Amino acid sequence: MPKTKLAGMEIEIDEDGFIQEPDKWSKEVAEDLAKEESSVHPMSEDHWRLVNYIRDYYIKFGVAPPVRMLCKQNKFELKYVYEMFPKGPAAGACKVAGLPKPTGCV
Amino acid sequence: MTDTTKKPEELLKLDYTPPKKGWMETPVDFKKGTYCYSAPQKHQEYLGLPYPRQWQPFDADWKLPENWKQIILEGMNDRLKKYRSFRLYMDICVRCGACADKCHFFIGTGDPKNMPVLRAELLRSVYRKYFTLGGKLFGKVGGARELTEDVLKEWYYYFYQCTECRRCSVFCPYGIDTCEITMMARDLLSLVGCNVGWVIEPASNCFRTGNHLGVPPHAFKDTLDFAIDEVEDLTGVKVEASVNRKGAELLFITPSADYFASPHWYTFLGYLMLFHEIGLDYTWSAYASEGGNFGLFHSAEMMKRLNAKMYAEAKRLGVKWILGGECGHMWRVVHQYMNTINGPADFLEEPVSPITGTKFENAKATKMVHICEFTADLIKNNKLKLDPSRNDHWKMTFHDSCNPARAMGLFEEPRYIIKNVCNNFYEMPENTIKEYTFCCGSGAGLGSDENLEMRLRGGLPRANAVKYVKEKHGVNLLTCICAIDRAVLPTLLQYWVPGVEVSGLHELVGNALVMKGEKERTTDMRGTPRKQEAK
Repeated sequence: MPKTKLAGMEIEIDEDGFIQEPDKWSKEVAEDLAKEESSVHPMSEDHWRLVNYIRDYYIKFGVAPPVRMLCKQNKFELKYVYEMFPKGPAAGACKVAGLPKPTGCV
Repeated sequence: MTDTTKKPEELLKLDYTPPKKGWMETPVDFKKGTYCYSAPQKHQEYLGLPYPRQWQPFDADWKLPENWKQIILEGMNDRLKKYRSFRLYMDICVRCGACADKCHFFIGTGDPKNMPVLRAELLRSVYRKYFTLGGKLFGKVGGARELTEDVLKEWYYYFYQCTECRRCSVFCPYGIDTCEITMMARDLLSLVGCNVGWVIEPASNCFRTGNHLGVPPHAFKDTLDFAIDEVEDLTGVKVEASVNRKGAELLFITPSADYFASPHWYTFLGYLMLFHEIGLDYTWSAYASEGGNFGLFHSAEMMKRLNAKMYAEAKRLGVKWILGGECGHMWRVVHQYMNTINGPADFLEEPVSPITGTKFENAKATKMVHICEFTADLIKNNKLKLDPSRNDHWKMTFHDSCNPARAMGLFEEPRYIIKNVCNNFYEMPENTIKEYTFCCGSGAGLGSDENLEMRLRGGLPRANAVKYVKEKHGVNLLTCICAIDRAVLPTLLQYWVPGVEVSGLHELVGNALVMKGEKERTTDMRGTPRKQEAK
């Protein structure tokens, strides 16, 4: 696995840059990941609201939240999520939140 | 899609002239955007696969086990003995070329190695060399070649550039099924630890939690509760749905993406609404929580391991039979392999619709009924009140998903449902639908981001047919009955035919379904106002 430097730390990532060591995630790591994934830097309040939501869900359930749940519970249109994270909720927002990449029929 | 994605004009610069050198002399080139990453080591280990290690296709050294050649040849020998179809397909091709231009990857790339005949030849040439007298005696002249590392790399590239869609087999006068050849090649590659991440990670998740996405039981329950609330918001009706309920009459199994991704989600709501409305005595399972089976894209053994949960859970819960959702490759496994690999399910009953009394004769062996058969039967027997005008903002076309179409011949049921739930339905050209349907270009485990250029190329013929109905009839929605389709077609159409959205069929059923005690519906399930024209 390749490694990269995020928030001054060496962290293992996969080929798409998803961090492989979820315990090393921090707000600083998220901002560094956001450099490639977010529409603005530093991230806005809405960006953080989404990232924290995904992070909390992941800690509780060990998986990313369903896309519709993520939109509805934060009162964001999916289109707006794509505006904030151009690669979308999975490849963009989940990556910044330090989750593994969702795979399968998605 | 990233900024580095090539523009459509660039992708359309196709050259069908074969390279000057012969195909055996043309080495494989792992171009960015056209291949899949290998599988993460931890997932290989989780599944107990041989020779787990970290490597990538673009590495010069694939860290193969020392005796890799012996492993492959012995594996080939075993499979030639075990599968008569494999030996037959290795022997009988007469190179007539009927299949050559039928593959979506050949059409979209112009690469001769994507002609099904040549794809098979990549394996057949090695078969000849080591297993036939002609090949041993005449070598290259007899179409035989040595198994080398370059050959193995070529297999990895091109057998993961086949979506196992089986369109070519429809045109083959001998009925050679290239999908089965691809399955053998992938199985052989796996023996030496060469696997694709997009296949192995879902398979590993499935083995751990019962579904590809790795959704554990408490998340499944939470998601279901959220969906029930959403249906209530939309319709005013509080639907009933249970999880792992023993003694339910039916077990319902659908792809995990249906309760996770978008636009799949609205199909999920459609199921909930339909089952509630007819008062179906059914249960969901947080263990058999996946209809799809990425094991099919890896090996017969993996397919069997992952699929076993369906019958195991049906037995544990004591249901009478299983109803299956809108999934593509699930139905290839169910319809063509399940009874042999996991059956016989003699503890289940021959499926009879509890609502109409219709006996599903075709599902006698597997005890599993496709939701389109089930819903079409409900409509036929006047059990549903439908208002197709609620889908009037859509002008739709139907994409036959490869596996329900070519593996089970499910052509008329989905169309019958469509004609009853919407008023504007337009077919794509005849040579691109039903058994001639064109693949989405991303099935069989190829749906990863790193493989995007190849997916867009492979999906070109499908998109082209959609473009035709868009221009001719103003089609703005493509509906389909496969979760991979729902995941990948939005990207494909956004690229080739912007302005056409994608849905599952039961989303449209949910829109049209008039429910007892419902409030006036001002929007469709997506929140699009009914009267307003869709974007």
